[in-house]
Amino acid sequence: MAVESRHVTSVIVEASEYPDLVRQYRVSGVPKTVVNDTVEILGVQPEDSFIRAALEPPPSSSLL
Amino acid sequence: MSVLSDADRARVGELLAAMGGGVRLAFFTQTLNCETCLPTKQILDELAGLTDKLSVDEHNFLLDGASAAAYGVDRVPAVVPLGEDGRDYGIRFLGIPSGYEFMSLIDAILLVSNGQSGLSDESRALLAGVLDPLTLQVFVTPT
Repeated sequence: MAVESRHVTSVIVEASEYPDLVRQYRVSGVPKTVVNDTVEILGVQPEDSFIRAALEPPPSSSLL
Repeated sequence: MSVLSDADRARVGELLAAMGGGVRLAFFTQTLNCETCLPTKQILDELAGLTDKLSVDEHNFLLDGASAAAYGVDRVPAVVPLGEDGRDYGIRFLGIPSGYEFMSLIDAILLVSNGQSGLSDESRALLAGVLDPLTLQVFVTPT
């Protein structure tokens, strides 16, 4: 997605090295994707459903 | 001592043979208080030794804060694969790229090298509609 769009940044985080981020984003299993600090995508998803989930409007309340 | 086994080195060399353009790995590291910085450097250096198309551009995180900030890197070790013209494709790796993350790094190198996302036409059309910054944080573990 990041290669396709210059507006997209993809950060791959090695969770065990950064317990602060794991706590901040409430990561209890991997892979877990957090989009713009708001939308959560759990597990491995097919390409089309992953992209649709990532592009969904964020929920009214932030995760943080 | 090498990090990759001979078999892994051969396999990764085969994968990297599919590289089109060159890739520079901007690597942010520090000497103290970073257990995984040195092992990460060893992995990256071994990768770069497998093909002329891959190079490592090492930045001291503490001394070169401007470069880190330019890429939005706020912790180490961090790896940013760049095109040979320095183009930033928006991909960041935080933490040591071992285990599954190692293959993700190889994939990212190939994506940047060839400038092709490999996504479907439908996905590409959806992404063409993205006009605001979208940041994906993908949490993974090495095993």
